[in-house]
Amino acid sequence: MKKDNPKAWRNDAYAKVTGRARYTDDVKFPFMLHAVPVYSDFVSAEIVSIDTSDAEKSEGVVKVLTHKDVPGTNRFGQIINDFRIFAEDRIFYNGDVIAFVVADTRANAVKAAGLVKLEAKAIPSILDPEKALEPDCPLVHEEHGSNIINEHRVRRGNIEDGFKNSGLILEEVFQTQFVEHAYMEPEVAICNPRHDGVMEVYASMQHPFSTRRFVNAVLGGRLADVEVISTPMGGGFGGKDDTISIVAARTALAAKLTGKPVKCSYAREWSIRESYKRHPYRIYYKMGFTKDGKIKAVKTKIIADGGAYCSVTPWVTWRSTVQCCGPYQVENVHCDTYGVYTNNVVTGAMRGFGSPQMNFVVESMIDIAASKLGINPIEIRKINMVRQGSITITGQKLDNHKVAMEETLNTVLDEFDYESKFKKCSFGKSDADELYGVGLAISYRGMSLGAEGTDFNSAIINVQPDGSILLETGIHENGQGSESAMCLILARELGVSLDRIRYRRPSTSNIPDGGTTVASRGTVMGGGAVVLAVKKLKEKIAEFINKRHGSAVGNAVFKDDEIICGKDKYKFDDVISSMYRNQEYPHVFGVFRGPKVTWNEENGQGDAYFSWTYGCQAIELTVNRKSGKVKLLNAIAAHDAGKAANVQMTLGQFYGGMAMGIGYGLHEEVKMKDGVITNTNFNSYRLPRSTDLPEMKAVIIENPDPNSPSGAKGIGEPTNELMAPAIANAIFNATGKRYFKLPIKVDLSGEEDLNQ
Amino acid sequence: MKMTVNRKLIEVPDSMKERKLVEFLREELDLTGVKNACEMKSCGACAVLVNNKSFRICNAFVKDVENCELLTIEGMENEDGTLHPLQQAFIDFGAMQCGFCTPGMVLTAHAFLLGNNEPTREQIRKALQSNICRCTGYQQIIDAVEAASAFYRK
Repeated sequence: MKKDNPKAWRNDAYAKVTGRARYTDDVKFPFMLHAVPVYSDFVSAEIVSIDTSDAEKSEGVVKVLTHKDVPGTNRFGQIINDFRIFAEDRIFYNGDVIAFVVADTRANAVKAAGLVKLEAKAIPSILDPEKALEPDCPLVHEEHGSNIINEHRVRRGNIEDGFKNSGLILEEVFQTQFVEHAYMEPEVAICNPRHDGVMEVYASMQHPFSTRRFVNAVLGGRLADVEVISTPMGGGFGGKDDTISIVAARTALAAKLTGKPVKCSYAREWSIRESYKRHPYRIYYKMGFTKDGKIKAVKTKIIADGGAYCSVTPWVTWRSTVQCCGPYQVENVHCDTYGVYTNNVVTGAMRGFGSPQMNFVVESMIDIAASKLGINPIEIRKINMVRQGSITITGQKLDNHKVAMEETLNTVLDEFDYESKFKKCSFGKSDADELYGVGLAISYRGMSLGAEGTDFNSAIINVQPDGSILLETGIHENGQGSESAMCLILARELGVSLDRIRYRRPSTSNIPDGGTTVASRGTVMGGGAVVLAVKKLKEKIAEFINKRHGSAVGNAVFKDDEIICGKDKYKFDDVISSMYRNQEYPHVFGVFRGPKVTWNEENGQGDAYFSWTYGCQAIELTVNRKSGKVKLLNAIAAHDAGKAANVQMTLGQFYGGMAMGIGYGLHEEVKMKDGVITNTNFNSYRLPRSTDLPEMKAVIIENPDPNSPSGAKGIGEPTNELMAPAIANAIFNATGKRYFKLPIKVDLSGEEDLNQ
Repeated sequence: MKMTVNRKLIEVPDSMKERKLVEFLREELDLTGVKNACEMKSCGACAVLVNNKSFRICNAFVKDVENCELLTIEGMENEDGTLHPLQQAFIDFGAMQCGFCTPGMVLTAHAFLLGNNEPTREQIRKALQSNICRCTGYQQIIDAVEAASAFYRK
């Protein structure tokens, strides 16, 4: 219970708690048509023909679109242009869309979709990424020339020497699963062809600028011809980028060709079938230790199933590569990472972005080593963890921010009374029916995009003549409360009351592209831009006061809706009104450019991220000896949030991340049978429910980051990357049995096939 | 046929009886707080109160609620337009993020608290297990419901 925390503040709270928030599917336009996708039964096939004639004659049908109707490009993507907006001559996975039926009602469109006839010849599908890597394996995409989407590597020190000097060498294979984002609101888009020639797009998306690029590519115009307008959205978690952008692009095409507003609202089954997932990884991990617990060498091969299209696989696997040794100092590292094409469902961005897989491996391995070496698991972490001034495995010196690795670990140890809980663990040796265990995991995480991409963001502050303020940034409200965080940072920095601030409804036609609201970068990058914009605004206002009233403004203080310049005091509202009367606009544009990062693809060395954040999570549980049922008792997380803008919302990120991490560790898996997803709704895709989760404690540690103008560090993803290994370790400490595959299904009755 | 929706008695033409209830509420009455998220009674985003009990109505038809009293999220506020204390608690405790599950969650919690105004946290968890929230991990939702239970004791 966090009854002592300040009340949460959200600009959309009233609308959301009263049902008045209008999500995209709640919006209607006059004479709006409805569109639905048409899928095939195939996983991999050569298309002979697509016959839409019967569907076109069906009741209420206005048009049936295929790839032939695309005026721009039918192939697009964020990195490689391999997504087929509509299938052309091939089916690459079971979620490929062969046609798009537009009708007067959604029901009529659904009825007609069943009448589209596909003639195709099945091609043997490639479903195992390791088989896809074999030299004689047929190619998923001939034009790519290889089934390897991308490779990354780290070469550091001398790996042979490292193992030679190791008294203990461990070698294990780990396997993780496909995971569904399971945002509560499925994909939905409305496109409205406007009087001025602009295509207006409303959609459940987390990156309007990405959506704009997809829509524009398909329509074949220019970026300014498309306006993507932000609408309350029901969750993203990284999953509302490529797929919804493609849905919006098809919908925009339907709107363009019919001249009418068109809505496309996905059923859950379509959403789970077509949308990209978290990458399953197979990880070969070899680790050398000295007898006293120092890590000497890590050699790893990481194989990520990229599915049928590239999406952002190169970026996801890059983070896995940079963080492949966890938060530990390792002198000798040899890492090879492969993103691989298969005919499985597409994989892409999901909260954590390549770190949950690696942390499961590294934090399991370190506990295995501790157990083999007879060293306390906390001790072995403290021997190896990064500290102030440490050099990371990519050669980056951690000296431009506070390295709080040990601080977060110690916080968990204290707040959870960890050591005494650890002593009570069963270790598989108790006769009790319920075996008790506690486990923890630690991580560090590179902040924001790193060398993945160009990292900058902007904010516009537009003070109105009466002193009310319009704020906008290039960051998107995905439900996490980013608009509220931006408003709170503005109020704090400008010393004004919150109630005068309105966040302007974001549109791609208002503000420059600030990059995706991903990588836990919203508060860091958007908040940074707000802080820098406020700085400019204060200078502008101070200069005006000095010119107009002659006050010395060198040490002007903005506080409580006033500006105090020595003995002179000015009301914020009066100064603003005076500025307007004197032909001065209190309007500023602030830009935060992420500090420089470097990366060498050849050896995987460089200053990968401009700063880092640190975290530790622990969980206690019992395992029923007979049934294998795991009961979670209590969980805790401590993360360095830099500076929390909105305490309750920051805590919400902790709890939500932990819950999703628990789902990853114990429950969730998109099940595939011969390339077809078999659990396409929430009756069979097992999400954590209230009764599955333990009481959670969240500890916000605040070491304001000097590289982040608002002091904030990203927190959405670090909170989501530690529960699976903490659970794996707790289960080991309860049962004495180690699990190498997610989700963990405890079976104490006999041996389990771990490499299945 | 007749039904009461948010304390108003309404007359429904017979032609509407075979329509899906969710569609009827959303399309005909503009009560879009009722959400479609799974359409198979697995997630609770469509939960409304029927005669003061929480039901997931995504598979129900209009005729199923003939002569019933329905309460949707749009009817949760007090008569004077101020928020119900349960709604206020959801706001204060940060019990919502994306907000898509919030209407169903608030209504399910409301029905539960009407029947049990001194619940343990374990009982609250159980009461909400049919409602999926992907954002919050339920922790602050349970905090909010627990805090709001004091109001139901009055």
